[in-house]
Amino acid sequence: MGGGINPPLTPIRDFPSLFVNLRRVTTTPVQTGLPPKPRAAVVRDALGVGTAVGLSGFAFGVTSAGAGLTVAQTCVLSLLVFTGASQFALVGALGTGGNPLAAAAGALLLGVRNAFYGLRLSQLLGLSGVVRPFAAQWVIDETSAVALAQPDRRLARLGFTVTGVSLYAGWNITTFLGALGAAALGDPAAWGLDAAGPAVFLALLLPMLRARSSSPPAASPAGPAGDGGPVGVIGGHGRPDDPAGPRGEAEPDGDERPRDDAAPPQAAPPSSPGTPSGRTSLVRREEAAVAVLAVALALASVPFVPAGVPVLVAVLAAPAVLAVSRLRAGRSPEGGR
Amino acid sequence: MVWAAILITAAGCYAVKLLGLSVPAAVLERPLVRKLAALVPIAALAALIALQTFADGRALVVDARAAGLAAAAVALLLRAPFLVIVAVAVVVTAAVRALTG
Repeated sequence: MGGGINPPLTPIRDFPSLFVNLRRVTTTPVQTGLPPKPRAAVVRDALGVGTAVGLSGFAFGVTSAGAGLTVAQTCVLSLLVFTGASQFALVGALGTGGNPLAAAAGALLLGVRNAFYGLRLSQLLGLSGVVRPFAAQWVIDETSAVALAQPDRRLARLGFTVTGVSLYAGWNITTFLGALGAAALGDPAAWGLDAAGPAVFLALLLPMLRARSSSPPAASPAGPAGDGGPVGVIGGHGRPDDPAGPRGEAEPDGDERPRDDAAPPQAAPPSSPGTPSGRTSLVRREEAAVAVLAVALALASVPFVPAGVPVLVAVLAAPAVLAVSRLRAGRSPEGGR
Repeated sequence: MVWAAILITAAGCYAVKLLGLSVPAAVLERPLVRKLAALVPIAALAALIALQTFADGRALVVDARAAGLAAAAVALLLRAPFLVIVAVAVVVTAAVRALTG
């Protein structure tokens, strides 16, 4: 669900998937030339991801109940929406008295990345028209990460299915338990539960802003946009973490880098010629600019528009930054990305 | 209305998932579309963090939530597991609230 708890491939992460440690699976190259892998290893990886993320459903259940949703509403969200980041966003907006339609729009914006996972997965899994509508519900950060890490279609299908089943079951069971537990706690504010949502989003966001050592300058088939998009990230270098990714602990760390054999050295990648020379950027400039502008737009609009709408205003930061960046790229041929 | 928001979100999120599995790759693989899709969640997340931390109705406030978020940021930089990050934010917020009454 990363995503959202749809994780990164931002599956916001969908799911709090975000929360899973994908290190083992993500270190496996996604593209061709992957070493053969025993089915048991695939199942083990998939179950590990599925159960770890599934447990994060507890955090969602508590947050949702704390925001004032009933246990039934909370459980329906996890059953039907099944993408973590969107779920957290929706209950957060509803909890602060936001307009329900604006809240839904904000949640949907976070779910868009799943379309890009689906794009990759449909080629990889080769689903028939009959299976597709059922498989679609499981297209989230974590399942995509596992499936795309497999060397062939058979194992990709296995990984996708096992991750999907374990995550769906775990996420929904723990959502239910979390919602029940929160109800027993009483006033959510007294327990600080209103801080859970922002913390979840922060855990999702920071990995998206951090420059990756594994960003492949020239190797990315994704082209100019490759370093940002979920598909580009997955296809380019076998790191199925999307921008919204299942992160938290899944981000690249020292253990992983040396094994990412296609990875260039960490310092200023050639793909960012616009970066002032000698500057090693720790954050991705476009992404950071979007985040800063979005915060400014959101907070500035709070006094003037109904609750829930500031998020939609803030999302304009994405096309705005992209437009500026394209303009600048057009002006200096070597400066664009 | 809460139910309406839930059902709209559920239908929309499912539609987006199914769309990805169903459309020809060329449609979504245009660089501009993909870049925008990567940046939109960043904008939404950043805005949600700010709003859920500093907004109180139509006013902006700095309260215990800000302390909780700061603590979560520290935990995140220390590479704490996801659930620990969330727990730190919750506990610090509750503690600050209890101390400041």
